[in-house]
Amino acid sequence: MAEAPASLDGLGYTLTSYDKVVGLARAHSLWPLPFATSCCGIEFMATMGSNYDLGRFGSERLSFSPRQADLLMVMGTIAKKMAPVLRQVYLQMAEPRWVLSVGACACSGGIFDTYSVLQGIDQVIPVDVYVPGCPPRPEQIIQGILQIQELVKNESLMRRKSEVYKELLNKYGIE
Amino acid sequence: MSLTNEIVLKALIDQFGEHIKDPTEPYTMLTITIPASQNVPILSWLRDHRDFQFVFLTDLCGVHYPANGGLELAVIYHLHSFIHNYRMRIKAFVSSLNPEIPTITEIYASANWMERETYDFFGIRFKGHPQLKRILNMDDMNYFPMLKQYPLEDQLREDKEDKFFGR
Repeated sequence: MAEAPASLDGLGYTLTSYDKVVGLARAHSLWPLPFATSCCGIEFMATMGSNYDLGRFGSERLSFSPRQADLLMVMGTIAKKMAPVLRQVYLQMAEPRWVLSVGACACSGGIFDTYSVLQGIDQVIPVDVYVPGCPPRPEQIIQGILQIQELVKNESLMRRKSEVYKELLNKYGIE
Repeated sequence: MSLTNEIVLKALIDQFGEHIKDPTEPYTMLTITIPASQNVPILSWLRDHRDFQFVFLTDLCGVHYPANGGLELAVIYHLHSFIHNYRMRIKAFVSSLNPEIPTITEIYASANWMERETYDFFGIRFKGHPQLKRILNMDDMNYFPMLKQYPLEDQLREDKEDKFFGR
């Protein structure tokens, strides 16, 4: 049961800010798009399985179309040849969208300090939460999702229209 | 009849004479060196030989020996004769200034992608290859990464400077 945001309550009514209600609804119904390229993807499968069950956090509905997804989960090594594909997937997602980078490879290239591997997906798309580990345990991935949920709950509804956000995207050459 | 290194080597020398050089047997596998220009006749003779039947090209790859003056790049062929379960290795050296060797896609169709890979990583041009372009690396890569003058590490990283490691 999700905790209700701070509110002014009376008989038959509850007053709270629109931001908080929308944030609450969004945070507990994230549709993740798993972009799994290697072993972190296997940990993600365990995360979705019955032992850890990401469904408890409102994310059991995976979206395999970027157009219906809220959260891009990048799990695994991204080769430089894959970078434009990842970027394309990100561009196809509708706002508001979040990015979770799972594992050392997605965060920084990991052990693959080599000419063919992207040294961190934040070179091509903006990342909201980084989950370290090689690979991270399912608990860590869940913690990453919970961190994303905190971001979603506390995000202003105006953020995606703000200059700061536009600047962030421009830094990656988006729009 | 089971094949031995002696039988194959003798047959090769009888057929091709001085083109067959440096026969060695590392880990008991027959290894010979041939001139790059002779790869097509020798490989097709081995494949079509009535007894030997080297019908399978296990591997085709490149090696870079920067110190091997004039013949810095090697193309290595691994052949397998299924009927005898016998393997052999053939090396052909080319210069890094003009790394060209005839394609063997006409003999073994499976050489197609392996020659593209060897071109991709070593820049060896296989003359007559139907589609010699990069296969694994990005198309806009402007060098051949397995040549030893190029470092392995990604050169765009800024967090690996010596000062961060007290060097």
